[in-house]
Parts: sequence; structure tokens; C-alpha cells
Amino acid sequence: MGNTAVDIDLNKEIVSSFSGQDFSGAIDSRELALMHFQKLGLPTNKSEEYRFTPIGKNLSKNFTWKTVSTESTIGSIEPFLMEGVEASVVVLVNGIYSSKLSHIKHDKNEITVMSLTDAFKTHEAIVAQYFGKNLPTESDSFVAMNSAFWQSGVFIHVKENTNVEKPVLILHVNDAQNAQVNSQTRLLAIVEKNSSLSVIEKFESVGDNYVFHNFCEEIAVKENARLEYCKVQNDAGKSIQVANTVIHQSATSKVDTFTLTLDGEMVRNNLTIVIDGENCESHFHGLYLLKGNTLADNHTVVDHKKPNSFSNELYKGIMDGNAKGVFNGKIFVRPHAQKTNAFQSNRNILLSDSATVNTKPQLEIWADDVKCSHGCTSGQLDEEALFYLRSRGIPADTAKAMLLYAFALDVLAPVKNESLKTYLDKLISDRLHKNF
Amino acid sequence: MAKDNQVLEEITSKEYEHGWTVNLEADEAPKGLNEDIVRFISAKKNEPEWLLEWRLKAFRHWQKMEEPKWPNVHYPAINYQDIIYYSAPKKKKELTDLNEVDPELIKTFEKLGISLTEQKRLTGVAVDAVIDSVSVATTFKDKLAELGIVFCSFSEAVKEHPELIKKYLGSVVPMNDNYFAALNSAVFSDGSFCYIPKGVRCPMELSTYFRINAANTGQFERTLIVADEGSYVSYLEGCTAPMRDENQLHAAVVELYAMKDAEIKYSTVQNWYPGDKEGKGGIYNFVTKRGLCFGDHSKISWTQVETGSAITWKYPSCVLKGDYSMGEFYSVAVTNNYQQADTGTKMIHIGKNTKSRIVSKGISAGKSQNSYRGQVHVMKRATNARNFSQCDSLLMGDQCGAHTFPYIDVENQTARIEHEATTSKIGEDQIFYCLQRGIDEEAAVALIVNGYAKEVLNQLPMEFAVEAQKLLALTLEGSVG
Repeated sequence: MGNTAVDIDLNKEIVSSFSGQDFSGAIDSRELALMHFQKLGLPTNKSEEYRFTPIGKNLSKNFTWKTVSTESTIGSIEPFLMEGVEASVVVLVNGIYSSKLSHIKHDKNEITVMSLTDAFKTHEAIVAQYFGKNLPTESDSFVAMNSAFWQSGVFIHVKENTNVEKPVLILHVNDAQNAQVNSQTRLLAIVEKNSSLSVIEKFESVGDNYVFHNFCEEIAVKENARLEYCKVQNDAGKSIQVANTVIHQSATSKVDTFTLTLDGEMVRNNLTIVIDGENCESHFHGLYLLKGNTLADNHTVVDHKKPNSFSNELYKGIMDGNAKGVFNGKIFVRPHAQKTNAFQSNRNILLSDSATVNTKPQLEIWADDVKCSHGCTSGQLDEEALFYLRSRGIPADTAKAMLLYAFALDVLAPVKNESLKTYLDKLISDRLHKNF
Repeated sequence: MAKDNQVLEEITSKEYEHGWTVNLEADEAPKGLNEDIVRFISAKKNEPEWLLEWRLKAFRHWQKMEEPKWPNVHYPAINYQDIIYYSAPKKKKELTDLNEVDPELIKTFEKLGISLTEQKRLTGVAVDAVIDSVSVATTFKDKLAELGIVFCSFSEAVKEHPELIKKYLGSVVPMNDNYFAALNSAVFSDGSFCYIPKGVRCPMELSTYFRINAANTGQFERTLIVADEGSYVSYLEGCTAPMRDENQLHAAVVELYAMKDAEIKYSTVQNWYPGDKEGKGGIYNFVTKRGLCFGDHSKISWTQVETGSAITWKYPSCVLKGDYSMGEFYSVAVTNNYQQADTGTKMIHIGKNTKSRIVSKGISAGKSQNSYRGQVHVMKRATNARNFSQCDSLLMGDQCGAHTFPYIDVENQTARIEHEATTSKIGEDQIFYCLQRGIDEEAAVALIVNGYAKEVLNQLPMEFAVEAQKLLALTLEGSVG
């Protein structure tokens, strides 16, 4: 990561803040990860991967690494649910799996949804096979930190030949009403052969104190399986979130992802899709609608390791106020991954003079018989289109919102669940009409 | 026309016979680099005190700097103490007949379509001068002088126009800009200086063919071009003919300075020794090139055709400071065998209504790695900035790599930025189409590649464009099939 000087004192402080917790499960991997974290430290702005996103600096400045408090006064999750979306709900409050608030509706013979800590005991073999296999623990400090100190998590396993219709909604609630919150959570999901799964993740926080949520996800999509993955980040103002997601695709599998970022102080998403089988298809879309001082950083990687696959990426962003949008999209096509088709597009609109966008689409190609392209744009609303709408009696604000809505809408394409789509559509439309 | 050119080339190539070059005694500095060497170089060139100070300052900066590790290129560590930093030009062995020249080289010349006389010149075979050399060269020099254009070697300019050098040296590329620029600033051997006065349109392409003191300016070359208000100049650097050079490390600096309404067009054709088929040897070309559009409505345009060098590391950039100023970058970079190229541009939009355009075409074959790395930065003040970038890569063979690293940083809401990149291979159907019509595979590849690079080649001055086309075909010879 290129950190020249690791702040030893800060490292100690961070490490000691986790002391006194019960870290059962994966003891060996925790020790190894701790070693990596101590070597890496928090990223500085010198490291290429975090050049525009001073998460390390922000954490050192605003976050006091006190002993973690997991207490919460939240009694009901009703306000955080998605209206109209029927799903099994898994709740993590301040980083801890809450079996009291979770409500699993699925048939246990088809799909297992449980706390990851419990899964280490009951599903030992399968957990050992997949846990920690694809995450960049040696090179990313947040992955190393999480792998060393994760408190709790979710385990999902879909049996072979099973089509799970209802989505699993994972609700992360961070209660910072009384104190700062430090959540270190994980997800391990396996979709076996010929099966399908839909996962929705929603991040919510309450209170005025800082929340640091460090999240690692590993999802394995086996032969001929399907995954729909949707993430909604609508945290309150003082939330710092880092998510590392690795989706591993086997042959003829299909993955659709959608990431919506609306709020939070600093959000960093590392989404990596490893295409490790032939004839795979993946679509990953994202939308970031930012205002105030929000910084949203989407780093995506598609790693084509095997031939004959297709990937398509579309991320769009609208920045207002002092907001900052960062996008980095890497497409790797490894040697011998012939006949790969990989497309990527990143489009941005800036609505104010103090909003900025830093985008870096990156292609790295080692195979010759491929079709790859990327495009990115940054611009503002079309004056003529605005004029057209206004000349028909539509107020300026509405006209603007309509145009922004039209710009943003096509990223919803990978969302197949109708009720979820309706919910997201409304969320985006409300945001554009009210807040910008 | 062509004949005239040849004649001119003959003559100017022999220039130092006529004593235009200072200090031809063949002496060398000892190996290594320290302050004494910097002083030695400066003393050898009879430089004024302020320039020596400037060199020393650069050297002290360089000592504190680290060699950049971020480019996507790999090479064994360079031992900077194992290099001779000053050696006066050596006289080449005079040959009497083309038969004595390496037949491989002659074959290359024939393919490039270089005339027999020019072949002799390039290989150092003695030729008879047809016209009185001095008079032609003088006419040419007189013509420029009449317009007030200063075009001379760097050392000459230090003596004759110290006020200009003092004012503009390091104004675009500061001495401590980067590792290689600092090294160059400390030990630069020579180079060219060009000043176009107000309102003057330079009547000819200034090229190395015509350049005074072109021979063996060495590995640390420095070029400074200043275009005063409303002036225009087109400058050509390099040569399509393969250049064999004993110096492995080349760290040149090029500075362009355009004032109000001025336009500078800078074209490069680089075909230095790329190393053999196994990747042994070859030149490391680490160049810092930057243009400053200082005045309003100024324009700087870079065109480059890069086919040589084992490693190319260069980013000709434009700083668009003046309002309505414009920057352009057209590039074709071809890598074959074990060559590595990390090249691209930076467009820094500072002024209002600034425009930039980037067209980069990378072609990789064999086991080579070709990277485009570029930045488009729109600063807060740069209202209505406009950029269009297109970076295409063509891959031939399954062992090469093409990489794109574009950075787009926008701080102003009125900016309109477009970036596009594609990677693909030569279509089998395209080749089939050609084969069907009796065009063999090699010719078909040349045809397709030239079509692919046309947009850039069109930017080159006429004579260069023709040779550059052949050069592309030649570089890629044997990479298909």
C-alpha cells in the first residue's frame, strides 16, 4: 500500500480498543490478519488506492478508539424496513447479530441464514472451505482490521438446485445516540449449483456520534447459480463506512449487483468480482446521489480469469454542495481469458461549484482476442432540455429533478425484484425532488 | 522539393566540420556523479555563474529525491554512479562505401524508403557535397534571423541570449519537478533553444534535420521553445531512421512556453534502439515534456509516434493557464518483443474556456506491455472547460498487455469531460477480406494498423507522415502469423 510510516501508537490504540471482546471462531486467521494490520496501518493519502479518500486521516481525527460499546436502546426495527418488500430480515445492531430482532421466514431445508459466529460451530466444514479465501487481507488495511477483529456476521447457505424467491434483507443498524460506534461485521454467503439468491443490504444509523462501520463480504456463486445483490447506504451524517465485497463466480453463473449511496460522511465501497469460470455474466450498477459534505468512493474490480465471459458496469453520480464523488473501475483480463467482453461506463453530473469528481477507469488487458471498453463523462444538465421543460410551464426545480431522474434511472436495470425496484425508484425520485 | 531537402540534409549534417560546434576536443568526465562533475560540465561549456548555481541546486534536489516506482514498467536498477555524464562528441569512423554498412540496417532503410544519399548520410558514409554547403546553410539561417527568430544550440543561446534563458529556463518544468527532470537539470549536455518573436509565423518546420549542433547532444538533452505573442512555430524532433546509441539512459527535458495567441506544434518520431528480440539492451527513454499555454488563446499541440526504446516513460503535458487556451495530444505508441511503454499526457485546465483533446493509439505485439496513463484535471477556476479523450489499444498476440490508467479530476461544475477507451484485436474478418483480395497478411496488418493510427499520423507534417506509416509496418513485422 506504500505507507512509508505506520503510526505505531495509533495502531496500538486501535488494537487495544478491541480488547475484552469475545473473539470466538477463526482464531488462527485473526492472528495472521492482526499481523498484516500492524504492518499496514491505516492508509494515508500517499497510497494510490486511497488518494482521494482520506479515511485514515478522518478516523484519526474524529474517532476515539475507545473500548467498543455495543449497547443500544433500539427496540424496534420498523422504521428501517423497506416498504412493500417482503423478505427475511437479519438485523445487526452496532455490529452484533441480534436474533431477537431478526425474523427469518425462509424454509430451513432450502436455505440456512444464521449468525456467522454460530455457523463456525454448526457448519464448520463449509465455513472453513470459504471463509477468508478471496479477501485481500495482506494488502488492504481495512480487510486486515476486520479479519482480525470482526465481532459478528451473517452466514447464508443456499442448497443445490434451490430457487430462493424471497430476498434476504440484512439490516445494519448503528446506534450512536450515546457513544461512538465501531462495527466490524462480515457476511459469508454461498449459493450452490443451479440455485439462486437475492440479498439486500441496508445501512442505517441514528444519533450524532461518529460511526465507523468496517464490513467484509465474501460471496461464492457456484456453477450455473444466480445472485442478485443490492446495497442501500443511507446512513446518517457522521458515518464512516468501508465495505469490502468479493464475489467469486464459477462457470455459467450470473451476478447482478446494484449499489445505491445516498448519505454518510465518508463511504468507501470496494467491490471485486472474480470471474473464475467460463460463460459467466455479470452486471454491476451503482448510483451515488451526494450532497453536503458526503464523500462516496466506489472502487470496483472485475477480474476475468477465464475465457468467454461478459461483464458490464455502469456507475452514475450526481454531486451537489461540497460533495465529492470518487470512482475507480478496474477491468483485468488475464492471459488466456480470450473472447472476454467487458464494458464499463461512469457518468457524473456536478451541480455546484464546490462539488468534485475524481474518476479513474482502468483497463489492464493481457489477452488479445477481447472486446473491452470504458467511457466516462462529467458534465452538467443540458440547458436546452431545461429550457424546453420550463417553456412548457414546469417550474425550474421540478424540471431539474425530472432531468436528473431520467439520467439516473437506467442504473436500476439489474434489479429484477419488482417490489424492490419500486421501493428504490421511489427512494431515488424522492431524493431528487426534495433534496437537490 | 525532395531533392532540395536531401541536399540541405546532407549539408547540415556535416555542420561541425565548419566549426559551428564549441569545444570538439574528445574528452570525457570520469564515471559517476557528484558536485564536481556538475562543475566540470559547466566549466567545459564555459557557462556563467548563475547557470552553474542552477545546476548545483538541481543536483542537490536530485540527491534528496527517489526514483519513481509507479510507472508500469520493469527494469533492473540503474546505477547512476556508473554513467559518464560528459563526453564530447566522438567522431564516427568514416566509411567509404555503403557495402561496409550492416546489411540489416540497409534493409531497414530500403523499407522506410530512405534515399540512397540519405542512407549514406545516416550511416556516416562520406558523400560529395553538391552545392556549396556554407551558402545554403547560411541562406537558411539568414532567413530565420531576418524574421528575428532565434534558433540555436542551448550552449550558444546561453552565451548569446542569456536574458531569455535566464527568464524561461525551468519556468515550465521546474528543476525539482521529478527525479529525471532534476537529473537532467543538473547535468544536461546540450539541446536546442528557439525563440519566435511577436507576430512572427515561422516559415519552415524547424527540425532536427536542419538543427544546428544536432549530432550527439548526448543523453541529457534540453529543449526550450518560447513563442511570443501571436507567433507560430512547428518543431520536429527525432527521425524515423533507427538510431543506435551507446547511452542506455536518456533523460531529456522539453519545455514549451506559449504566450498570448501563440501556437506551438511539437512533433516527435522516436525510433531508438529497442533491444534485441530477447529483450536485451535497448534505450531507456525517460523524458519530461511539458508545455505552458501562458497567454489567452494560446495553443500547444503534441504529436508523437513512439516505436523505439526498450522502455518509454513520457507524458507530454499541457498546462492551460490562459483563458481560451487549447492543448492537444496525439500519440501512437507501438511496442513489440519485450518493449515497455508507459506514456500519455496531462491536461491541466486552469484558465476559463480552455479546451483539450487527447487521441492515443497503443499497439502492443510480441511480449510487450503498453500503458496509457493520463490525467485531465479541471481546476475550480476553469469555467467551461472542455475535454475529449480517446485511448484505444490494439493487441496482437496473446502474450502482450495493454493497460489504461486515465485520471479524471473535475472541480468545476461547468466542465464537460468525455473519456473513451477501447481494447481489441485486429479483426480476423478484416484480415480475411484483405487476403481474399490478394493482399498478404503482413501487408494487411500494416494497412489495418495505419488506418487505426490515421487520426494521429494525419497530424504529422507531410514528409514525416509518409515515413511514419512505413515505420509502423516495419516495427510490427513478423508479429502476426
